[in-house]
Amino acid sequence: MNEGILEFVNVGKEYSGHAVLKNINMSVRPGEIHALIGENGAGKSTLMNILFGMPVIHSTGGFTGEVRIGGKNAGILTPHDAMENGIGMVHQEFMLIPGFTITENIKLNREITKPTLMSKVFGKRLESLEKDNMARDARKALDVMGMDIEEYVQVEGLPVGHLQFVEIAREIDKTGIKFLVFDEPTAVLTESETENLLDAIRKLAKQGIGIIFISHRLEEIIRVSDRVTILRDGEWVATENTKDITAKEIARLMVGRALSLDRVEGNRQISDEILLDVKGLRVMMPGEEVKDVSLSVRKGEIVGIGGLAGQGKLGIANGLMGLYPVDGTVTYKGEPLDVTRTDTTLKKGIAFLSEDRKGVGLLLDSPIDLNIAFSGMEVKGDFFRRVGPFKLSDRGAIRKHAEDMVKELDIRCTSVAQYTGALSGGNQQKVCIARALTLDPDLLLVSEPTRGIDIGAKKLILDLLKSLAEEKGMTIVMTSSELAELRSICDRIIIICEGRVAGELSPNDSDEVYGLMMSGVSKEEAMRAGGETNG
Amino acid sequence: MVESVKKFINKIGIPTFAVGALLVAILIAAAALGQSIPTLLTDILKRVGMNGVLVLAMLPAIKSGTGPNFALPVGIEGGLMAMIVCMQFDFSGWALMAASAVLAIVFCSILGFLYGKLMNAVKGAEMTIATYSGFAIVAFFNILWLAIPFSNRKMGWMLGSGLRETIQLKNYQASRIISDLLAVDIAGVTIPVGVILVLLVFCGVVNLFFRTKTGYAIYAGGGNPRFAEASGLNIDRNRVIANILSTVLAGLGIILYAQGYGYVQLYNGPLNMAFPAVAAVLVGGATASKVSIANVLIGTCLFQGLMTAAMPVANQIFTGTDLSDIMRIIVQNGVILYALTKVKNGGDR
Repeated sequence: MNEGILEFVNVGKEYSGHAVLKNINMSVRPGEIHALIGENGAGKSTLMNILFGMPVIHSTGGFTGEVRIGGKNAGILTPHDAMENGIGMVHQEFMLIPGFTITENIKLNREITKPTLMSKVFGKRLESLEKDNMARDARKALDVMGMDIEEYVQVEGLPVGHLQFVEIAREIDKTGIKFLVFDEPTAVLTESETENLLDAIRKLAKQGIGIIFISHRLEEIIRVSDRVTILRDGEWVATENTKDITAKEIARLMVGRALSLDRVEGNRQISDEILLDVKGLRVMMPGEEVKDVSLSVRKGEIVGIGGLAGQGKLGIANGLMGLYPVDGTVTYKGEPLDVTRTDTTLKKGIAFLSEDRKGVGLLLDSPIDLNIAFSGMEVKGDFFRRVGPFKLSDRGAIRKHAEDMVKELDIRCTSVAQYTGALSGGNQQKVCIARALTLDPDLLLVSEPTRGIDIGAKKLILDLLKSLAEEKGMTIVMTSSELAELRSICDRIIIICEGRVAGELSPNDSDEVYGLMMSGVSKEEAMRAGGETNG
Repeated sequence: MVESVKKFINKIGIPTFAVGALLVAILIAAAALGQSIPTLLTDILKRVGMNGVLVLAMLPAIKSGTGPNFALPVGIEGGLMAMIVCMQFDFSGWALMAASAVLAIVFCSILGFLYGKLMNAVKGAEMTIATYSGFAIVAFFNILWLAIPFSNRKMGWMLGSGLRETIQLKNYQASRIISDLLAVDIAGVTIPVGVILVLLVFCGVVNLFFRTKTGYAIYAGGGNPRFAEASGLNIDRNRVIANILSTVLAGLGIILYAQGYGYVQLYNGPLNMAFPAVAAVLVGGATASKVSIANVLIGTCLFQGLMTAAMPVANQIFTGTDLSDIMRIIVQNGVILYALTKVKNGGDR
């Protein structure tokens, strides 16, 4: 049975001193479906990048430990090595050429050729294609998965489900494929397509191909996999036979408590007044599409929005600010709000801290004081003074305001003239908060406030947000991938799954309930399953 | 010592340092060859005054994120048209200057608006499209110079219809009217105080504009469009405003240039005028996305200094040949090429 087994032995990886993988041990047998699960940032992608010898690994100092195939160090240093070793990957984004037929896509760069007069003179690249043999191979690969689509059809215009199968067919057509990685293969499929795919995966496994199946849908994992390995914060948590474990146990192991951010109950003044009411919100944010979200926020609350990456939680705040095409009915302070108009939204007292601090949140090549004052200047016309017929910026006032903010928020910098690009993540975030505060908002939308910030600074940022709610009566909607931080300061947490509201949880609900809900299990079921263990 | 030199070079940027060093070397060579340094300096100052505003026209375009204004001829043609219209009606002297300035602002605002719209339609390929817009507008105006029935005899050919290629401003009492204003002689160097004051006033006005709300909005839109969008700004509108400003500056700049030169150059005269201006601002330490008034002034002095000083030196070394003009072309385009390769990284600032 140990013949041809794929093993990760003590695999670890650091990015500039920050360990993202620690001592991972895991093995995949031929013919086995091995599920890999973990929250965002648990290390799944890094592990797969190591397996494929991706440049991102080796240009950042390589990894520790070994990847072994059949007991021998495979020495995979490039994607090409991985291919030689019979390791294939079905990509999440389809890498197909629309204008080519299915056959041509499947055989791309591995065409079957025969010599011609030209090729005898000028070399192999001028050999002609053996279309019949290519079509036969393609047919064979499609048949393995029970696809009854014609192999000569153009890829352009095929439904998403079919594209996925073409992608898989290309991998299994590669001779000597021994291991196949599926990265969230069902994320874009409909239910019946998912069914077909799972069937195909089982068929592949029966033929002796070892399969690594990455998914966040617990129910699929339970149904299709033989074993499951759970990662959390770059560490191996457990590997179990799937038949010996339940979805709720997986959920609990997956979520856990990453860092101890203890919840301190605050003394917030939450009124009954609905500050923001959102109905049927749809946002076309690529990768974070919001399909239909309705929620309401009361004055003085801190509402959390959680969920896994790509489920649409980030789209909500971005949509409310009108940064992506958006549609839906939004009422703010009892008046309808045109969310497509960013300027009026800002003027009405809604401020936004983007999840993309460097890309959206800051002018990196500009000093701190301008960054802090900017929104106030452009939205409210502050910090200008009249000089003759013109209104010119009042540099003194800008500097003074920034210095006050630096003191109030404890921003560590050499002076307010320092460029924000030179600050640490935590201090950059404080600059963003300072700019939002300059607008004196009633509602603050915060996305991933602690992303890329070290643990010590995380606590400071969260405390700051909490004090804004408690001392200034600000209402906060905080979107985060980190449940621990949502649970540490929010009054209630809305879980988003597949662009819709999966349900609302209290910060004190158990880890299992959170894990299950993020995987798309309904609230009732999640509570029932979670309740059993709690008591 | 080595550290502080490195720091200094980093601060001003390698292109600026290299061209500055070359300029110093050429001035030393000129002195060694027995050339009159005061005459050289006089020439340099003269040309700085003539070209300064054209280089300044780069600033709003770069700040708005459209990159250096390679379509400078668009504004130049607007300015020329303003002058020609005023000359047709026999304006002369200061009246000609004032009237063409006003008219240039009108013409260039319209052209700049259209050009700004074009730039918004071709985001991501601004520099290439701008270069060819510049070429295209020159061809278009070539037709206008011939087709519009201007009848003032001082501007026409001896025979036939259409405008002459170069029109003497002497006949309109406007040759060097600003350049000779308040000129001061110090130790043999003529300092054209008038034209330098005009240049500084323009710099001041542009600087003040970028301290207004609109100015900051343009700056933010160029520095980080997504940031500007999240602040509720209309980036496209701001880019149009910046390009109007740039085009107007080009139009006014060519009036200043023409009076200093003494001639109005039509037809293909403006064809390649964008490149020296772009090169100057880049030599001054600007990049395709970052620029300051200091970059404009330093760049104009260095670039024009180099152009002016290199010529007589080359002339003397290669006497009796045509090499000096070839040298000028090599030096000018070499500097442009070098500056363009540094589009992405100027000084630290």
